[in-house]
Amino acid sequence: MTERSRSDAGPAHKTLEIGMALLIGVFGVIVIFGSLKAGINWGAEGPRAGFFPFYIGAAIVGASAINLWHAQRDDDGRLFAEWGQLRQVMSVVVPTAIYVGSMPLIGLYVGSMVFIAWFMRWLGGYRWLTVVAVAVGMPVVTYLVFERWFLVPLPKGPLEEWLGL
Amino acid sequence: MEELANLFHGFAVALQPYNIMLMVIGITLGVIIGVLPGLGGANGVAILLPLTFSMPPTSAIIMLSCIYWGALFGGAITSILFNIPGEPWSVATTFDGYPMAQQGKPGEALTAAFTSSFVGALFAVIMITLVAPLVAGFALRFGPAEKFAVYFLAFCSFVGLSKEPPFKTIAAMMMGFALAAVGLDSITGQLRLTFGVTELLNGFDFLIAVIGLFGIGEILLTMEEGLAFRGGNASINLRVVLQTWRELPAYWMTSLRSCLIGCWMGVTPAGATPASFMSYGIAKRLARRGNNFGKGEIEGVIAPETAAHAAGTSALLPMLSLGVPGSPTAAVLLGGLLIWGLQPGPMLFVEQKEFVWGLIASMYLGNLAGLIVVLTCVPLFAAILRVPFGIIAPLILVLCAIGAYSVHNSTFDVMLMLVFGVLGYLLKKCNYPLAPLVLAIVLGDKAEEAFRQSLLGSQGSLGVFFSNGLVSTIMALGLVALFWSAIQEGYSRLRTSMA
Repeated sequence: MTERSRSDAGPAHKTLEIGMALLIGVFGVIVIFGSLKAGINWGAEGPRAGFFPFYIGAAIVGASAINLWHAQRDDDGRLFAEWGQLRQVMSVVVPTAIYVGSMPLIGLYVGSMVFIAWFMRWLGGYRWLTVVAVAVGMPVVTYLVFERWFLVPLPKGPLEEWLGL
Repeated sequence: MEELANLFHGFAVALQPYNIMLMVIGITLGVIIGVLPGLGGANGVAILLPLTFSMPPTSAIIMLSCIYWGALFGGAITSILFNIPGEPWSVATTFDGYPMAQQGKPGEALTAAFTSSFVGALFAVIMITLVAPLVAGFALRFGPAEKFAVYFLAFCSFVGLSKEPPFKTIAAMMMGFALAAVGLDSITGQLRLTFGVTELLNGFDFLIAVIGLFGIGEILLTMEEGLAFRGGNASINLRVVLQTWRELPAYWMTSLRSCLIGCWMGVTPAGATPASFMSYGIAKRLARRGNNFGKGEIEGVIAPETAAHAAGTSALLPMLSLGVPGSPTAAVLLGGLLIWGLQPGPMLFVEQKEFVWGLIASMYLGNLAGLIVVLTCVPLFAAILRVPFGIIAPLILVLCAIGAYSVHNSTFDVMLMLVFGVLGYLLKKCNYPLAPLVLAIVLGDKAEEAFRQSLLGSQGSLGVFFSNGLVSTIMALGLVALFWSAIQEGYSRLRTSMA
């Protein structure tokens, strides 16, 4: 029995390893299923669309089974990460998900401003002045470089429409 | 010497003022990308790729390949000054580079690293100049079976040579192939694996995967570890540079050996990272002062840097001549070729002479420009590193989002990027290699096409892959590479049982 102090508790590496092998295995099964739907045998013009992916799917399932076997066999008591570390990771993933999800509605520029400001203020703890300077500066530079210089359009929302950009 | 004339013509292309400007911009951006955590060569190039859609292809590839060289140079700066490898291939540089900096010799370490990088790259470019046209000429005669055999060899090398467990490499690679298969089947025109989702009609774009896996995934990893910079100031003056240059020729043997290791590992898609470790390990064993390695030995900087750069550069040889990229960044460049309407592979050397030789010439010039830029601007790049991660991280995330969006002007892709990011984080934590996954997404369709065309020709018999000397040799090499770790294990077991 390994005793761990409360501060470095967290999910075991083994659990994640097994979960990952299972996840990839399920993906392989989906690929096999999809290939079967597309047809894996020979048609009039040679191998049908599912022919190649079917074997790919089979290889994924096979490799995952072996990885799964390895994963549940060796347990070195390692942690995947501490809960505190995972909280750090989630504090980036969740806002990024919101930022990405809101992009079709409010556009990239406004979203970026809010996202950068949130990140710097809450995770970085910067002064509002610094926060505003970077959060406004970056989208403006982006606008000039992408839309004006390289003529690459980026998603816009109601605000840009109102400003007539 | 037709090649020589072509090369000079290439120099004329690369030396146009516009292209030189792009070269310097590319190198500078590349070094910044290499210095910053979370932005690497592969996803740096992927993010900037959409900006080049409107450029002439030759100028575009000159800029993008210079970003790649810059990133290779940049990795060394953070390794030596801060003990933080900016790129995986500069991990081995920290072993001796950082102790040197601690002993008050950062200038020497940086000069040695940059110069070795340059030497490694130069060696690889000369090799590309001489060998690539021959390989391409040879490959022109390849039929579908030979083509598939080359892909087979490339992917098997991954399994045999990567340091990750072989079945994890296979799983990651096959996921890449599966993702590549999604969407319209190029031969029958039938839809597959889309499960009725209209966004998947065109399949998964590997650029999105690269930006997610390498960019977002890396940021998440960094968030977890937390960054505490405690590096010192660095300045290089001319005296230190000249003094170090006087010392370097004494290590010519290490350089040459590292060049060869690098070129070998770069052409077979093992990549720069294992090349740098292998070169460091061999140098440590063979050097007279090998016991001093790890305590600040200049030879311990020369060996990994030379090999990493030689590998990174020579990864372009198979990309140009066979259409099989030797590294994720080379894969992104290959994706660029497709977007600009060029067909990578041996025909490039026939149809797009100006492009190919312009690129090769720009490799000579770009690395020279890179050496000058990094030697003169180290303090500037070190200063960028002192910008706290709390500011850098959101900016990089936004840049990744912009890059992902502008590939197809689709917000769905941006969401996909985040999914790939989380996946990349998990895969990396569980020791699954990402490079074969990306390469499989890029090459999946082509490998499948070659496979099916060969089977069509042979009425479904797998014997077509062993039907003549050439294709059997390549396939046999592939099988050896595939079972390499098993062969090694069996050999060492045999030896112990004999002893």
